[in-house]
Amino acid sequence: MTVESTAARTSRRSAGSKAGTTGTKRTTRTTAKKDAGAKGTEPQLVQLLTPEGKRVKNAEYDKYVAGVTPEELRGLYRDMVLTRRFDAEATALQRQGELGLWASLLGQEAAQIGSGRATREDDYVFPTYREHGVAWCRGVDPTNLLGMFRGVNNGGWDPNSNNFQLYTIVIGSQTLHATGYAMGVAKDGADSAVIAYFGDGASSQGDVAESFTFSAVYNAPVVFFCQNNQWAISEPTEKQSRVPIYQRAQGFGFPGVRVDGNDVLGVLAVTRWALERARSGEGPTLVEAFTYRMGAHTTSDDPSRYRGDEERQAWEAKDPILRLRRYLEASNHADEGFFAELEAESEALGKRVREAVRAMPDPDRFAIFENVYADGHALVDEERAQFAAYQASFADEGGN
Amino acid sequence: MADKMALAKAINESLRRALESDDKVLIMGEDVGKLGGVFRVTDGLQKDFGESRVIDTPLAESGIVGTAIGLALRGYRPVVEIQFDGFVFPAYDQIVTQLAKMHARSLGKVKLPVVVRIPYGGGIGAVEHHSESPESLFAHVAGLKIVSPSNASDAYWMMQQAIQSDDPVIFFEPKRRYWDKAEVNAEAIPGPLHKAAVVRPGTDLTLAAYGPMVKLCQEVADAAAEEGKNLEVLDLRSVSPIDFDSIQSSVEKTRRLVVVHEAPVFFGSGAEIAARITERCFYHLEAPVLRVGGYHAPYPPARLEEEYLPNLDRVLDAVDRSLAY
Repeated sequence: MTVESTAARTSRRSAGSKAGTTGTKRTTRTTAKKDAGAKGTEPQLVQLLTPEGKRVKNAEYDKYVAGVTPEELRGLYRDMVLTRRFDAEATALQRQGELGLWASLLGQEAAQIGSGRATREDDYVFPTYREHGVAWCRGVDPTNLLGMFRGVNNGGWDPNSNNFQLYTIVIGSQTLHATGYAMGVAKDGADSAVIAYFGDGASSQGDVAESFTFSAVYNAPVVFFCQNNQWAISEPTEKQSRVPIYQRAQGFGFPGVRVDGNDVLGVLAVTRWALERARSGEGPTLVEAFTYRMGAHTTSDDPSRYRGDEERQAWEAKDPILRLRRYLEASNHADEGFFAELEAESEALGKRVREAVRAMPDPDRFAIFENVYADGHALVDEERAQFAAYQASFADEGGN
Repeated sequence: MADKMALAKAINESLRRALESDDKVLIMGEDVGKLGGVFRVTDGLQKDFGESRVIDTPLAESGIVGTAIGLALRGYRPVVEIQFDGFVFPAYDQIVTQLAKMHARSLGKVKLPVVVRIPYGGGIGAVEHHSESPESLFAHVAGLKIVSPSNASDAYWMMQQAIQSDDPVIFFEPKRRYWDKAEVNAEAIPGPLHKAAVVRPGTDLTLAAYGPMVKLCQEVADAAAEEGKNLEVLDLRSVSPIDFDSIQSSVEKTRRLVVVHEAPVFFGSGAEIAARITERCFYHLEAPVLRVGGYHAPYPPARLEEEYLPNLDRVLDAVDRSLAY
């Protein structure tokens, strides 16, 4: 009889209840910060780098990036630049008819690179369909992301190779998978953490609320990382929530924090803090990365129908890449050679992606019947045989 | 060592065996812990295996299935309980969009061995949403396997096989048969999960059913025998895949087929069986395939359910109509 080692669970539990106290305190603190602001103003957000590239001190979060070296800063910059270049290439490939659709991450590079770089190899990531920057951080080859947008597969990479789950198109569903996975991590007594990405639109989904409930009840080691990019296709965040999204966590009993999503250092710090909470048995955390979707929802969308250009221009001034460049330059952490080399690397990446997509073959027609089941299914076998006979009938007529 | 036990108890014993033999097996659901489930199917399991393996969940069906998917991704084999048939729909999206498709989307790299147990069907005088038969709504979805045992022995063995399956299985439990007893041999070697069984051989007409309707069909065959008609009763056991080969063999012999299920006839599993058996057995059939099932109406209040559900007379009527051709 296998009465599972209740020891691991008990210790996590007790760690959890201890942490629960910390969590409550943290929530209160976050709320207090908000309440301190005058009514009607934006709630305070964690910011370590201003849009002008100035480093701002933060008593609470500085320690999470204290050890970040100039080389690592250049690494974050490189990640963002390459991700943006990849993204631009994919948009261009869609315009050229090589991809059916593309969901651009333009403007959200800091939110994705900062959080992606905060994860550890053994952590597990549950993305939406826009987490190209996070995929980059996890080591998923960018060309792998393009198969589904080209229409040659519906994902297809092995989630377990990089602990990066397949893209999820139905919004919010993956937050429950992340929570379940995290429940499993806790059962295993591992100190890995799980991070679930979703957006401001998905925050309205019942599955997201249920994932908050489950993760809180089971004290699951999961970070809910909401990129509030202000727009769910054409609907502004006001159509999703009457309170700032990070405040939702409070009602579920765990802390929520809003971070400047265009500040890669701030995002790195806050996500590290949240992942550490998860690892040390303190349970779930909600991070709201306040950012902006600079482009359209997807290449099929036309934002000019629902938002003005002034808003975009205002956010352009807060560009995540520009601000880190200003900081790197002002602090002499990067020279012209670095930027020039990166430019060349970007172009090479663009070329590689372009060539890979153009060379991506259509799948064999019998792929329809592949992997429908793990253990097979009589009807699939029967229909595959019928399909084969039908295809063969053309050969009989001297066709292909 | 065959013990006579109730169908609910057989599932309980099967779950116990799975929990003992594989520490990745988890039981999840509403009230499955201390209470042992509203039908006591999980009775005593939390006491013996702990709260970490027999998990009382929040009352959120999408959350139950969604987190089970995550646990399966982590290497667990969750067996989740949906408390009643009519409560499964909040989880329908997770089942149809996520659970069913993950293996294909990952090109076979991800397996989701999740069992979704659903007590289903009517005949127990319950309130709304407690008596439905939604199996067709799942059978339409590729990636899911759907089974329904009719007796305690099958319930025991099919649960073992469902838990061992690397595909998601929707396990429909005939709640009105939970207390019917039969011999369960825990040392038998079970046949394939998705194979139908001839539970009563006959020559004049085939009655095909699964879950709660198998017993009814056996009673119909008894009644028909008194009138000199020799009916064959086929327990399909599986709704996806359906064992068409066994139905075909039977129909080639009897030349007549009546399919019986509690679910509405319209777009029900009987419709699919009728279409395919007509294709396969066109020259053998002496009569069109007939179906007996629920009507295209919401499941009625309990005082009317006997009018809605197939019963002895309605099935005999279909048998008579078939034999009249």
